[in-house]
Amino acid sequence: MTVRQQPNSFRTGPDERGHFGIYGGRFVAETLMPLILDLEKAYAEAKADPAFKREMDAHLKNYVGRPSPLYLAERLTAHFRGAKIYFKREDLNHTGAHKVNNVLGQIMLAKRMGKPRVIAETGAGMHGVATATMCAKFGLECVVFMGATDVGRQQPNVLRMRALGAEVRPVESGAKTLKDAMNEALRDWVTNVSNTFYCIGTVAGPHPYPMMVRDFQCVIGDETRVQMQEAEGRLPDSLLACIGGGSNAMGLFHPFLDERQIEIYGVEAAGHGLKSGQHAASVAGGRPGVLHGNRTYLLMDADGQIQEAHSISAGLDYPGIGPEHAWLADVGRIKFLSATDKEALAAFQLCSRLEGIIPALESCHALARLGDIAPKKPKDHLIVVNLSGRGDKDLDSVAHHLGGKL
Amino acid sequence: MTGRIDRRFAELKREGRAALVTFTMAGDPDPQTAIAILKALPKAGADVIELGMPFTDPMADGPAIQAAGLRALNAGQTLKKTLDAVRAFRKVDAETPLVLMGYYNPIYIYGVPRFLKNAKAAGVDGLIVVDLPPEEDEELCLPALKAGVNFVRLATPTTDDKRLPAVLANTSGFVYYVSITGITGAAAPDAGKVKAAVARIKRHTKLPVAVGFGVRSAAQARAIAEGAEGVVVGSALVGAVKDSLDKKGKATGKTVKAVAKLVAELAGGVRSAKRPS
Repeated sequence: MTVRQQPNSFRTGPDERGHFGIYGGRFVAETLMPLILDLEKAYAEAKADPAFKREMDAHLKNYVGRPSPLYLAERLTAHFRGAKIYFKREDLNHTGAHKVNNVLGQIMLAKRMGKPRVIAETGAGMHGVATATMCAKFGLECVVFMGATDVGRQQPNVLRMRALGAEVRPVESGAKTLKDAMNEALRDWVTNVSNTFYCIGTVAGPHPYPMMVRDFQCVIGDETRVQMQEAEGRLPDSLLACIGGGSNAMGLFHPFLDERQIEIYGVEAAGHGLKSGQHAASVAGGRPGVLHGNRTYLLMDADGQIQEAHSISAGLDYPGIGPEHAWLADVGRIKFLSATDKEALAAFQLCSRLEGIIPALESCHALARLGDIAPKKPKDHLIVVNLSGRGDKDLDSVAHHLGGKL
Repeated sequence: MTGRIDRRFAELKREGRAALVTFTMAGDPDPQTAIAILKALPKAGADVIELGMPFTDPMADGPAIQAAGLRALNAGQTLKKTLDAVRAFRKVDAETPLVLMGYYNPIYIYGVPRFLKNAKAAGVDGLIVVDLPPEEDEELCLPALKAGVNFVRLATPTTDDKRLPAVLANTSGFVYYVSITGITGAAAPDAGKVKAAVARIKRHTKLPVAVGFGVRSAAQARAIAEGAEGVVVGSALVGAVKDSLDKKGKATGKTVKAVAKLVAELAGGVRSAKRPS
């Protein structure tokens, strides 16, 4: 990682070709290129249309249940004897995670573009559930690609998607996780170009997806700004979020990037440990490469073959990261940390028992680093953790890992 | 530039027939057997050779070519070994054009300038890189042209007349028309539609047009060859490799022969096509 000179603003990207520094771009097969250009145009038009924003805001309020609360976690704050800890409660959104913010926007766009069929990839199943939900609401056909391994470890979400009328297609290639689900979704898209909208779940993929998904998720940070003003009369001092592809983190961070006094921490999944080689920390353990339509940090071998990621959290089990995060890592605006499976499990228990909130295993990676950051800060230091999702879906998996200790 | 690809298509034009373009995967089922297959292709009737560079995440490929890539990677194939295979092939064949086909990441990691230098020296004539559309020409296409390596572009049914000039702008050697919207080896293309599509592309370029994706049999190859300057067959050939393997997935005495036999049949189809003079 080379730290370059800092730009005047961190919020101006991407350029017109979808680049954040050297990252991003449009590395897709020719069959998809015209679709991506159409999408870019349709999104630009929707963004400029006040009616689109009005409709979206109404759905966010009445259907998703926004704004999500900014909650003072008093017992955790007391536990760590340091910074004042707030949770941004994305777990309280309809469908139980931040994913729905982005999906709402994309499904409204699909409808606007006249696409009757929607496909999505999913890891933990939260993006799949959100997509199935919005397709039900807007009357669109929905097919969700999910690695067969994830189908096994996230059964409740598979059943939810089916209940919502979506078809869940287990993907048997590779390690049968999120990366393979994305490959299969891209193959479906190449095949069904004329009627299909690909609803990507994170701030990755070919331009305009990283920008578009970021824009839809920025509601998290925008609300946090207002809510923290109301609660404390000022902005937060630190932001903390887990990062797989990085959409919940980008949504919280982006509106604050230019307040340079605010410390920003992204936590990657260190799996069995960074040294074990079995992890999903692409910034800590990867290097720049090209996959799934963008240049970004990737886990790969010396020959440029992509390596399988590992994380206890299916939602973080991906060997890449969004290109804007890659750039923000290089320029030093986001400080990247990591948390192991074990640390995430410990945070799961701590948060559940001290706050009465069962967090998603993904969010537990962010919570796991609180123990290092919060105690070192003064009591008036305001830290916001993005509680990106609820942990009900993870109970079987946690019980399995903890044995009789749950 | 005039290279092996241009010379070969010019020769075939004089002969009044289309080219059979074969796709096999470097390193499939193992590096040695793959080289033996490569060497057998021209004699069996391949006019232009596409050699796949295996990649873990081939987003535009169907199950047959995905599996071929995995067999190769599991047998230890690397980009360096793929270039070694080209060198080995060039020792026995100085004329048959050879095009490497694959995805960008292994090339990016190898290093573009070093890759182009080594590929050119090994005897590579062109590149087809699936995930590099014209929007990313600065990555590899323009450096390749500068290094004297053809950059063969894919045109698809979604590439409309407005977009075709951009797609064809830096294309050289030939144009690869992907006859279906889909992954490799999926549906059989409709020969009538293909003819019309080729005619549409020809209005924008003087380059030869080869058609692929979904061509499996001699009869299909013949039908396509009646409307195009080249017919690409890939999934069927890597399928022949797979069917020849033993229970442990190792090459057998039949592996090279099986591929050569299918190539000969396909060449028969291509050569029996009635071409407009």
